[in-house]
Amino acid sequence: MTEIRTLIVDDSSVMRKIVERSLRQAGLQTMVVFEAATGTEGLEVLKTRQVDLILSDINMPSMDGLEFLRQIRAQNLAPGVPVVMITTESSEEHVKQAILAGARGYIRKPFTAEQVKERVLPLLNAA
Amino acid sequence: MPLNGVRTAALARARQAENDEMEQTMAISLRESVQVISDPLNLDATVKEVFQMMLGIDCMRQPGPAIIEPESVTAVVGFGGLLSGACLFKSGSSAAIKIAEHMTGMEFTEIDDIVKDGIGELCNMLAGAWKGKVPDLASNCGLSVPAVITGRDYNLHVQAPEFKLNHTYCFGESTFEVTIVCDGLQ
Repeated sequence: MTEIRTLIVDDSSVMRKIVERSLRQAGLQTMVVFEAATGTEGLEVLKTRQVDLILSDINMPSMDGLEFLRQIRAQNLAPGVPVVMITTESSEEHVKQAILAGARGYIRKPFTAEQVKERVLPLLNAA
Repeated sequence: MPLNGVRTAALARARQAENDEMEQTMAISLRESVQVISDPLNLDATVKEVFQMMLGIDCMRQPGPAIIEPESVTAVVGFGGLLSGACLFKSGSSAAIKIAEHMTGMEFTEIDDIVKDGIGELCNMLAGAWKGKVPDLASNCGLSVPAVITGRDYNLHVQAPEFKLNHTYCFGESTFEVTIVCDGLQ
């Protein structure tokens, strides 16, 4: 697989590292990672960097993950790039809101590297 | 320790969800599900699931209080919505460091910002996974962002909880406590 440029948005630095490690365990060893602690920071990254994949938390201070997703679409940033939400919120309603906002996948915390592989790799292969 | 700050944030999130589905929310009451919500087995399953999946650790419930060193770490995630209250994680500093090391693959010698961040995130996952075990709760109860307290000689006091679960768990020589406090149920 070619080098994948990934943006990970989470207010927890520990969780960003865990997501990165899970992606590498899923087979993306040569991945380039950009990190953002808020949705606002994530938008700034997308204005200056090209990425192939975005993973974002939902519950974040200042701009939550759903608003981040809406802003990506509204500002036409990263068109066609798959966005996967990774969050503790697991209800059908939260999944529906994420999909309506444009998410292509949803991973509930806690998660395993195998679950990340199952949900993320098909999106990259389809892109 | 006041829970009002975290609860306010959780309430704000829950309020947004309530506005989106006002009619549906109004028809739902968790009071009839209190037996399911307060089932101690749900908390045990939640703790085992989170520790196994995120840390690769098998932990077990044990009787009695956790062995808490003079310096301890407490993380709080508030619930708001049809259920109000909080999920609390508390351990001694050495157990917190071991947990953070398992989460990150890094080594720590003290409770620094990364350890606090990891323990806060762990509490967030415990709160989310616990409420996710009851569908009505998952949909109608928001979570606050975590707050983490470190220090010596502090106490947590919650007035007249609707119900409270306080369990001790161990992995290796380390122990920790997870508490669910519900002080309001609609």
